[in-house]
Amino acid sequence: MEILVCVKRVPDSAENEISVGPGGADIRREDLVYSVNEWDNYAVEEAIQIVERVGGNVTVVSVGDTEAEEIVRREMAMGANQGLLATDAAFTGSDGLGIATILEAVARKTKYDLILTGAQADDGAAQVGGMLGALLDWPYASLVNLIKVEGDKALRIGREIEGGSQEISDIELPCVLSIQTGINEPRYVGIRGIRKVASVEIPVLDGGALGLPPETVGAAGARVRRVDYFVPQTGAGAEMLTGSTEEVAGKLVDLLKAKGGIK
Amino acid sequence: MDAKIFVFITHTDGKADDSALELVTAARSLFPGCTPNALVAGSGVGPVCQEVAASFGEVWKFDQAALAYPNAELLRPLLVKVLPAGATLLLAHNTFGLDLGPGLSVKLGVTYVPDVVGVDGLEGTTLKAVRQEYAGQVSAHVHCDIARGAVITVRPGAFKPAEAGAAAGQVVDRSEDATGLAARRTFVELIQAEAGDIDITREDVLVSVGRGIGDKENIPLVEELVEAMGAALSCSRPIVDAKWLDKARQVGTSGKTVKPRVYLALGISGSFQHVGGIKGNPFLLAINKNPKAAIFQVATIGVVADLLELLPVLTEKILKSR
Ligand SMILES: Cc1cc2nc3c(=O)[nH]c(=O)nc-3n(C[C@H](O)[C@H](O)[C@H](O)COP(=O)(O)OP(=O)(O)OC[C@H]3O[C@@H](n4cnc5c(N)ncnc54)[C@H](O)[C@@H]3O)c2cc1C
Ligand SMILES: Nc1ncnc2c1ncn2[C@@H]1O[C@H](COP(=O)(O)O)[C@@H](O)[C@H]1O
Repeated sequence: MEILVCVKRVPDSAENEISVGPGGADIRREDLVYSVNEWDNYAVEEAIQIVERVGGNVTVVSVGDTEAEEIVRREMAMGANQGLLATDAAFTGSDGLGIATILEAVARKTKYDLILTGAQADDGAAQVGGMLGALLDWPYASLVNLIKVEGDKALRIGREIEGGSQEISDIELPCVLSIQTGINEPRYVGIRGIRKVASVEIPVLDGGALGLPPETVGAAGARVRRVDYFVPQTGAGAEMLTGSTEEVAGKLVDLLKAKGGIK
Repeated sequence: MDAKIFVFITHTDGKADDSALELVTAARSLFPGCTPNALVAGSGVGPVCQEVAASFGEVWKFDQAALAYPNAELLRPLLVKVLPAGATLLLAHNTFGLDLGPGLSVKLGVTYVPDVVGVDGLEGTTLKAVRQEYAGQVSAHVHCDIARGAVITVRPGAFKPAEAGAAAGQVVDRSEDATGLAARRTFVELIQAEAGDIDITREDVLVSVGRGIGDKENIPLVEELVEAMGAALSCSRPIVDAKWLDKARQVGTSGKTVKPRVYLALGISGSFQHVGGIKGNPFLLAINKNPKAAIFQVATIGVVADLLELLPVLTEKILKSR
């Protein structure tokens, strides 16, 4: 099975204090810790496991600037066979459809049987996978938490829906699936694994190589545009307790007692 | 009736989901004073259509045995066939909406606006919407060109439900349009979530642990606190994904909906999928090392601290105070 996995480099929201930069034009980017989008890591692990079972190849692709190469390499250290980087100044400012359009062009260059994306990225849009499926006119399923290969024409899949119930379906190949966390346990990537792929060449694809007219992608093609970032004012917000650890713990005990939190 | 504004209604056990009336509010904040139309698909959906009719101009009913289970891959071509050019369709940003919406926008050739939490209005054909990014740590204003129409997913709970009852509400049976549908994805069965050894939905004091606890080895710190308080232990999704705790303890949209009086969120960032599972306005106490964490937007009391330092001290003080 030839599998393409789409991966995005994001500032890890668990590791960073995200704050709004001057004028709201962007978030503050200095000192941010970046990593591969959490959901994408599960997608790569799943692809590797499928190939371990039925044979084939895993290719990872990222649309981004040259710094995105580091996460492509990391996913290769995990066990992906190939990496691709789609980068071009004209891609900057792409909306979800722009990214999906670039990925469609990548997907059309090689014959893939299966494309995996993460369920959602840092901005939580959860859109690129579904758009990519529609652009390719392949069937699509979101939030997949189970994949069983049934012959070479179809998969049996599970989608995780509200309340944790699982919707089982059969889906024809080729198809696009977005992967939900928890589908597997992504393997650990050690420093030795990274070293092994340190000098592997990662082909770079630009708009020309992908046959994408600049006006179809990037800011020029975007129908959805972020104007600014701001910090939401939601109600009064929390009352913040301050003081030494001892003092704070003391206040918490009093509050919990008053509210019946200690039985 | 406003011929080009539609709301897709999902339903469970013969009743429209709560999102239906929230979507009406969202539609009205987009197009002030509008009366949107509803789309209802399924098998035996007459009662659902009647239930919601009073809130809409027209309710288009697609009643077919093949639609008994809402399969987005079947419904997408149907919607492409029946929606007029330039239509704006609103649907909930839930597991069905994000299965249907992105691909539908592509097939309709219209703009996709995901996970909207607020609307600042319409200027010409530019929709001004509010979204959240980075697990809610920051918000963003987005401008969307909806000249050709739009598919908009609306975050559940972000808009107040509209009062039912103002509109004429005519049910139009369009089931004929839904014959002969075919898809390359077929529904097989639904497997209900397993009941675990604990029912956190019945607990009135919950201590919930998130990824901020750092390591499985630190979970006992939380368990000791839980025991000292006489509370029950729950958690966020990454803790279940890592198999540190059982799925039955997960709070959130893909876990359990809880209604405690007191809720402690320990090292939980406050994503809407987590907070969406906390109902009934509890006394919500959040401890997080990141002062920007979204959980502080919804908490009653907040503490910026490292769990590993604070928890042992807190547990000890509680034990002493007994
Ligand atoms: C369709 C769908 C359904 C989902 N359903 C659910 C669901 O039901 N329930 C759910 O919880 N999630 C759900 N999620 C996942 C959700 O989007 C978030 O990824 C998840 O809630 C994050 O969990 P968290 O807050 O524990 O982790 P993170 O977002 O990683 O936050 C960890 C927090 O801990 C803080 N922290 C780190 N170290 C420390 C320390 N030493 N002391 C104090 N604080 C610390 C950090 O500042 C951070 O705020 C769902 C996602 C999708 C796409
Ligand atoms: N720039 C990108 N490069 C590669 N894949 C991406 C990119 N942006 C989004 N994706 C994929 O689409 C998924 C959903 O992202 P989103 O629709 O932005 O929430 C991600 O988990 C990735 O798999």
